[in-house]
Amino acid sequence: MPDKVRIRITVNGTRHDLLTEPRTLLADLLRNDLALAGTHLGCEQGVCGACTVLVDDVATRSCLVFAAQLDGASVRTVESLAGADGTLHPIQQAFTQEHGLQCGFCTPGMLMGACELLERVPEPDREDVEEALGGNLCRCTGYQNIVRSVCTAGRLMSEQQQSEQSGVRA
Amino acid sequence: MKPAPFEYAAPRDLDEALDVLAEHGDDARVLAGGQSLVRMMNARQVSPAVVVDINRVRGLDALGVTNDNGSSTLSLGALVRQRTSELSGDVAAHAPLLAEAGAQVAHAPVRARGTVVGSVAFADPSAELPAALLALDGLVKVRSRAAERTVAADDFFTGPFRTSLAPDEMVVGVEVPVTAGRSGSAFVELTRRQGDLPVCGAAAVVGLGDDGRVAQARVALCGAHQRPVRLPAVESAVVGADDPSAFTEAAARAADGLDPIPSCHGSADFRRHLARVLTARALRTAVARATSPKETTHA
Repeated sequence: MPDKVRIRITVNGTRHDLLTEPRTLLADLLRNDLALAGTHLGCEQGVCGACTVLVDDVATRSCLVFAAQLDGASVRTVESLAGADGTLHPIQQAFTQEHGLQCGFCTPGMLMGACELLERVPEPDREDVEEALGGNLCRCTGYQNIVRSVCTAGRLMSEQQQSEQSGVRA
Repeated sequence: MKPAPFEYAAPRDLDEALDVLAEHGDDARVLAGGQSLVRMMNARQVSPAVVVDINRVRGLDALGVTNDNGSSTLSLGALVRQRTSELSGDVAAHAPLLAEAGAQVAHAPVRARGTVVGSVAFADPSAELPAALLALDGLVKVRSRAAERTVAADDFFTGPFRTSLAPDEMVVGVEVPVTAGRSGSAFVELTRRQGDLPVCGAAAVVGLGDDGRVAQARVALCGAHQRPVRLPAVESAVVGADDPSAFTEAAARAADGLDPIPSCHGSADFRRHLARVLTARALRTAVARATSPKETTHA
């Protein structure tokens, strides 16, 4: 058996120093070694997008990256979205409000893809969402509600930011 | 845990990477973006004994234009991500075909990791970037521990997923000559769904003479043959043409001599049909763009 590889990786703000087999995929490291099972594995060949996480702020298929490649990287998963008290992130609120999910299997990938988009484009239009999430498959919703959810999330986040700013001024 | 066990090498410089390839040859695979390699390893279609991760090799992420004796060259190192190339000002200015073809590859998260050179080295006969490199008259820069060589793209691709690369060699970059004058390009493809590999795609680069007629043309196809393929017969037929019907006439020869790989997405005959239709479309659009540089839509 080949030597294990040492990686220092930050996941959702927590630093980990791990020994892992070179063949361990990031998705498996997250799910099996770090017990972060929110990241879902669908096709395991980069097609479905369910396993999308952010690696150094870039939406990435965690089934197509070896954990060994990520020494020094910072990873965010769907578990990073909600607050410690369970308060939903505005993206999650929007998905709830707009019925952006049914079975929920694709949702972690949709949320993280949306998260990357909203950090780049605060109030995306339909086309931006279709471009960003075009590689994420959903077998339930027919996509319309997902697109609406992400647009709504953009508005919610902008409103929240504005009320925070006016709060500071007051 | 899907892939078979392997030894992981993460060299910091090119010589170290080439040493590993010299030692292990066919048992080693180079990992850059990994968007094809890791997928194939997950499915155990390939099980290399050694994976050489070149992501930490210094200097391979360079993208830029160099001038040498009056001729300019756009070069992309082996770690230039497809997304970087697609959004690069240098690529947009000097090889817009590469940007247009690149934007049609898979989806943004795949392009954010996948590299241009990786797609070239993988040599998928259906993929966009190898065909674009052919139409751009591109060069493939190859290194081994013993030697360095530059291969014309047309000599690099030898068959489906096959190249002239030796087991101890790796592609360190690609180069595209920068041409002056009135030129235009277009990449058009047919896919079953947005982001899928095309059933067939056509890349065209044309240069116009002072009289507005086509003075030079280069055309290449993907999904239409055993390898990405240049169409010299169409290229010479289109020289001197100045109206759209002449492009369609020239494109009628696009499928001559081709041996398409049939699949559930398109029979060989359908691919030959697409070769003709998409070649005509790419030529019309390329010429329209050369005539009026603001032209962006497909003719």
